[in-house]
Amino acid sequence: MNTARFIARRLLQVLPVVLAIAAMNFLLLQLAPGDAADILAGQMGHASPELVEQMRRDFGLDRPVYQQFFIYLGKLLSVNLGTSNIQQRPVIDLIMERLPATVLLMTTATVVAVALGVLLGVAAARRSGRWLDSVISVLALVVYATPAFWLGLMLIVLFSVYFDLLPSGGMMTIGSGKTGLTLALDIARHLVLPATTLGLFYVAIYARLMRASMLEVYNLDFITTARAKGLTEGRIAWTHAFRNALLPVVTLAGVQFGHLLGGSILVETVFAWPGLGRLVFDALLQRDLNLLLGILFVSSVVVILANLIVDLTYGFLDPRIVHK
Amino acid sequence: MSGFAAFWRRYRRNRAAVAAAFVLILILAVAVAGPLLYPVDPFDMVGRPFQPPLQRFLLGTDVAGRDILAGLLHGARVSLFIGVLASVVATAIGVGIGALAGYYGGWIDNLLMRITEFFLTIPSFVLAVVLVAIFSPTVFSITFSIAIVSWPSVARLTRGEFIAHRDREYVLGARALGMPDREIILLQILPNALPPIIVVSSLMVATAILTESGLSFLGLSDPNVVSWGYMIGVARTVLRTAWWMAAIPGVMILITVLAINLVGEGLNDALNPRLRRR
Repeated sequence: MNTARFIARRLLQVLPVVLAIAAMNFLLLQLAPGDAADILAGQMGHASPELVEQMRRDFGLDRPVYQQFFIYLGKLLSVNLGTSNIQQRPVIDLIMERLPATVLLMTTATVVAVALGVLLGVAAARRSGRWLDSVISVLALVVYATPAFWLGLMLIVLFSVYFDLLPSGGMMTIGSGKTGLTLALDIARHLVLPATTLGLFYVAIYARLMRASMLEVYNLDFITTARAKGLTEGRIAWTHAFRNALLPVVTLAGVQFGHLLGGSILVETVFAWPGLGRLVFDALLQRDLNLLLGILFVSSVVVILANLIVDLTYGFLDPRIVHK
Repeated sequence: MSGFAAFWRRYRRNRAAVAAAFVLILILAVAVAGPLLYPVDPFDMVGRPFQPPLQRFLLGTDVAGRDILAGLLHGARVSLFIGVLASVVATAIGVGIGALAGYYGGWIDNLLMRITEFFLTIPSFVLAVVLVAIFSPTVFSITFSIAIVSWPSVARLTRGEFIAHRDREYVLGARALGMPDREIILLQILPNALPPIIVVSSLMVATAILTESGLSFLGLSDPNVVSWGYMIGVARTVLRTAWWMAAIPGVMILITVLAINLVGEGLNDALNPRLRRR
């Protein structure tokens, strides 16, 4: 099977999942107390029962549930997630404004965590160094048990309040009028704490996994062959073992994406990072259910796409998977 | 009981797990007896706000002059209760789905596993937030929401165990004797499949406590009870002037979750000797 067909097949597999997410969102909307007409009537102050009925007819809320579902699906197809009941703007616009900041934060955290975790893992495997092993194990134990949002707060206390080294929140210095490179540097400075908070958990996970994976690859015949050929240990580690040992880490990074997104919501709230997480927080404060469900839908789709990308990367790292 | 003695002998080998078990018992005791021995209502304004620890009150007062120690003791109850109950419910759902999928196979397996994968794909914390928001936050809606997003890992594990067991001699024997499927699943296979499930669901208590703390940090906590995450959320706004207010409940979460994870590892060593980490 060639790469194009592999990609096409994976894309086709995504469709039913997206449909299922849409169905779940619709179900949750039905479960919520009161419909859109009730909410609008509540906002208007006093609306007569006739007006509420009128609105129900206008919104199609008087139709059978299955018809409403198809109307809902039709709207989704035209990328219409409804209107935010509070902010009176299309939900999809609100989400799209915030998505880039979240993607930036998540990507930075992931890249740093994978890079650092892999380096630590390889180093620990090569030396089988007792102290590095212990450091990684203790780090893993502690970060598994630390709530990310609390870690963020403590980092703010340390690095923003006590040492006054880094900004405690926001994405850029407000009103500084920075552009180009200075703006990028400003954003990078604001990224340090949130990305560290979000990424630290994964550094420990990836380091552990990479170490185990490297040790496993070291037991394979082709490494013995490489040693017999007289290659240096450095070359064996980085050109022979590394790429093979990386596979489980890449898989896990994909699987963890949904988990990362949950963490991102909390970390963004801590650091006033203007992404989806802040939007969730605002939606909760304003009881804006339409917006919340829109965020759930979009973030699920983002996770599915991320998994897709990981699958394709996987095929690139190990061609045998594509041609299976 | 010799079964327990054997279990304890294996568990004891993991020193960290033994220490963690003592810490956990201590936290449990605090959760049960603390509010009785220190009868201060965590919602009462007992003094001037922003009093630092080790003065009039052992751990000081919060933004509204409430006793932080009282909040910590009551919070232990809420965190452990929600953590344990969510884990029990999630285990029940996961075992049910995993057992049916693994035992029957075929289209039942296919359908149930698609559903499981679906729940593994959607971002679980976001789903939990939406669920709690829809049902409005109470101890039970929070517990239920955490259970709903936590069961898939148990379902997968149970399915694997059931597939490994369903064609063994003792199961074939039971079937040949005409035992109904329900009894084979519950009385024959489940007891044998239980050890790894116990380990995973004990570790799930830790995750559930972390999820609960995250939810209540976002303001999604039962307004009638104090929880550790809620205390951190309240303290967040005064981080610059009173950092300890956020630090103290966080340390409690850290210690509790760490202890549960270590106990889980100890259980794993003791219950699944063959599966010990290399």
